[in-house]
Amino acid sequence: MSLELRAITKRFGSVVANDTISLSVGPGEIHGLLGENGAGKSTLVKILSGFITRDHGEIELDGTKLHLLSPNEAVANGIGILHQEPLVFLPFSVVDNFLIGSPKEYGHAEAYEALSRISEQFGFDLNPDVSASNLSIGERQQLEIARLLWLGARVLILDEPTTAISSTQREKLFATIRDLAGDGMSVIFVSHKLEEVQELCDRVTILREGKIAASVDLPSPVEYLVSKMFGTGVLPQTRRAKVNGSSLLELVNASASEQPGQIIDANLAVTRGQVIGLAGLEGAGQRTLLRAMAGFVPFTEGSFRVQSAEISELDYLDRLGLGFYYLPADRQREGLVNGLSITEHVALSVTDQSKVIDWNVARSEAARRIDKFSIKGTVESTPESLSGGNQQRLLLALMPEAPLLLLMEHPTRGLDIESATWVWSYLLTLSESGTSIIFSSSDLEELTTYSDQIAIFFSGRIIDQVDASEATVEELGLLIGGVRQR
Amino acid sequence: MNAATFAIIVASATPLIFAAIGETITEKAGVVNLSLDGSMLLSAMTGFAIAYTTGSVELGLLAGMATSGVVAFVVAFGGIRLRVNQIAVGLILTYFATKLSALLGGEFVRKPGPSVQKMSLPVLEDIPFFGEILFQQNPLVYFSFLLIIVSFWWIFHTRRGLDLQAIGERPEAAFARGIPVNSLRYFYTVLGGAFVGLGGAAFSLDAKMGWSEGHIANYGWIALALVIFGGWHPLRVAFGCYLFGAIQIVALKMQPTLPDLAQVLPIAPFPLMILTLVFLNMRVVQSFTMRFGGIGRLIRGTAPSALGESFWPD
Repeated sequence: MSLELRAITKRFGSVVANDTISLSVGPGEIHGLLGENGAGKSTLVKILSGFITRDHGEIELDGTKLHLLSPNEAVANGIGILHQEPLVFLPFSVVDNFLIGSPKEYGHAEAYEALSRISEQFGFDLNPDVSASNLSIGERQQLEIARLLWLGARVLILDEPTTAISSTQREKLFATIRDLAGDGMSVIFVSHKLEEVQELCDRVTILREGKIAASVDLPSPVEYLVSKMFGTGVLPQTRRAKVNGSSLLELVNASASEQPGQIIDANLAVTRGQVIGLAGLEGAGQRTLLRAMAGFVPFTEGSFRVQSAEISELDYLDRLGLGFYYLPADRQREGLVNGLSITEHVALSVTDQSKVIDWNVARSEAARRIDKFSIKGTVESTPESLSGGNQQRLLLALMPEAPLLLLMEHPTRGLDIESATWVWSYLLTLSESGTSIIFSSSDLEELTTYSDQIAIFFSGRIIDQVDASEATVEELGLLIGGVRQR
Repeated sequence: MNAATFAIIVASATPLIFAAIGETITEKAGVVNLSLDGSMLLSAMTGFAIAYTTGSVELGLLAGMATSGVVAFVVAFGGIRLRVNQIAVGLILTYFATKLSALLGGEFVRKPGPSVQKMSLPVLEDIPFFGEILFQQNPLVYFSFLLIIVSFWWIFHTRRGLDLQAIGERPEAAFARGIPVNSLRYFYTVLGGAFVGLGGAAFSLDAKMGWSEGHIANYGWIALALVIFGGWHPLRVAFGCYLFGAIQIVALKMQPTLPDLAQVLPIAPFPLMILTLVFLNMRVVQSFTMRFGGIGRLIRGTAPSALGESFWPD
C-alpha cells in the first residue's frame, strides 16, 4: 500500500493553493503534512477526497493511476479520509452511520458484525444502537475510522484530528494510528501542531504558501522545522524606537475559555502606545486572549484593569465606549458585511444619533477614507470584490480615528507585501500617537519586527515574555514549540 | 359515527395523503417544494382536462402527475443548479401555477367529466366494519394506502431510504461517502412532485369531481402544514391527514343540528396543530422519546437538518 502524488497543482483564481506538490507515502509509513493555516493542506486533502479536482498532477495508489473526480472514486479506491470534523450523521444510530455509503449488498447484519469485529481489534467502545449525537468527538472519529477500514481503506488521511479531542482520546487515537501503520497501512497525518507530528510521524512534508518547503525524515531539529514552516524575511526591517508611555492596562492571573481555546492564569501589562505581539502555535490561546479583552469571552478568574479601573465586568459595547477596538482574523465573515457597499459600511460605523442617513455625507466621507487609506475600490464597492489587502485597509478605515487599544488578529495574513507594509506603517503611526496595539501573528518575522514586547503562548499559558529587540526568529520558534524555556 | 362516515373520511383525505406524503419524500431529501398549492391546482386542471378530452381517467391521473412533476423539477433545478433560494422559487411557482390553471382551465369549468370508479376488493370488503371503511373504495384510495406503507418502509427500512435521509440530513457527509447527493435530490423532488400531482388530479377526478377556479380549496398549503405536523414521518403525516379529514366531515355532519359549532370546527385543526407541536417539542417530551427506537422517532418528528439548503462540493 503506497500513495504517490506527483506535481499536484490547484489554483483558485489568481491564488495557487497547491503548487506542484509531490510526496510519496510507503506501506506502514505515517507521513506528516505540516503547515500553518492557509498553507494549502486542506486543499490537498480535498483533492485526495475527490471533493475538488486538481488542475494538474498525478495520483498513484499501489501503481494504479487515479482520476479522483468524485468522492465516490476515492472511497472505491480505498482512500479513507477522517475529516477534521467527523462527518457523521448525528440523529442516526451508530450502526446506520456505519452503513451509509457502504455497498448496497451490505445490510444491518453485516454492519453489526463488522463494527464489533473492528471495535474489538482496536479497543473501541461503540454501542451500535445509540444515536451518534451521544458520542464524544473522539468516539465519532473511532466510528469513522472503523467504517473506513470496513470499506477497505488502503490509505488513511487524518485531517487535523486532534483539534477537538481530549489528551487521553488523543493518546488512544495515536495508538490506533500506530497499530494501523504496523499492519502496513499508509497514513497521512495532517496537522499544524509541530509537537504532534514530531511525536507520531516517520517523515514530514512541510507546506508553506501552497508550496513544499521541506520534506524530511523525523525526528528532525525543531528549529529547522519551524524555520521551514514560517519561512523567513519578506517584511522590511523598520525596527522602531522604544516607547515609554504611562501604564494603560494590566491583566492579572486572568483565565478564560471558549470553544475552542482557553487561557490560563495570564499576566500582561501594557503601556500607552506600546505594541505587544502574541506568539504561539495556532490555538495556543492568543485568539482567546484577544477576544476576552475585547469582551466576547468573559474572564472567569483574575482581574483586568484599565488605568487602574477594574473592567472585567464590562461587556463588548462598554469596552468599545472606552476606546477598545477589535479586528478579527476572518475579515470577510466577522469584520465586514458582504453585499453592503463601502458607503454603507461608513454609514454603519458612524455613531452619531441621527435616525436618518444623509447619503451625500456618507458618500463623501467614504470617498475621503478610500483616498486616505489608498483602498483600491469605489464608494460602491462591496467587501467581497476587494482583495485581502484592501479589505484590511477598509477595516482600518472604519475604525475610530484614535482608539485607546487596538486588538488585532493576524494583521497581515494573506496580504501582499505592499499592503502588509502599508498596514504596519499605519499601525505604527497610530501607536506613535498613543494607541496601544496587541496583535497575534504566526509570522515570527512580523512579531520581531514590529512588537515592543512579545508574549509567548503555549497551550493556553503565557510561558514567557521577551523584549522584541533581543529576540530572534529562531529563538521564538523554539519558545512557541514549547521545546525550550528561557 | 358509523362505518359509512369513516369510509367518507378515508375517501376525502386521499388527495391530501398523496400531496403530503409526496412532499414528505421531497423534504426528506433536503428540498422544500413550496409550490404545492399552485402545482396541485394545475394538476387538478390538467388531469381533468385530459380525462375530459380523451375520456380516460388513467390518462388524466398520469397527466396530473406529470404536471406537478415538471413543476417540482423547476424547483429542484432552481435550488440545485441555479442555487436560487428554494422558498422564493416555490412561492413564485405557487402563484404562477395558480394563475396558469385559471387561464388554461377556462373552457373546462363546471363541465361534467369522467371520474374514478368504485371498486370493492373481494373478500377484504366483507371484513366486518373495517371492510366497509377501507375496502369498499376506489383504486386511488387503495393506492394511497400502498403509498403510505411503501414510503414508510422505503425511508426507514431500506438502504436507499437511509441514503435519502442522509442527503437531507448532512449532504456534505453523504457526498464524502460517495452518495450522488444532487442527482438523488432531483429524483426525489420530481418523484414527490408526481405524488403531489396525483393528489391534485385526485381532487378533480374523484374527491371533488370536475374543475373550477381554485378547485382544491388551498389543500396544498394544508398538505405543507401536515408534513410539519407529521414530523416528516409518513405514518404520522398520514394520521394528520385523516384527522384533518375527520374534523372536516364531522363539521359537515353537524351543520344541520349544531350550526355554530360546525362553523368553528373546520378552523380547529390549525391551533390544534400548533399546540401539538409545542407539546412535542418540549424538552422533557423530546428526551423521553430518545429512549425508544421507531416509536420515539415517530413522536420526535425532527426536520431534516439540511432542509432547504443547497449543496455544492467546493
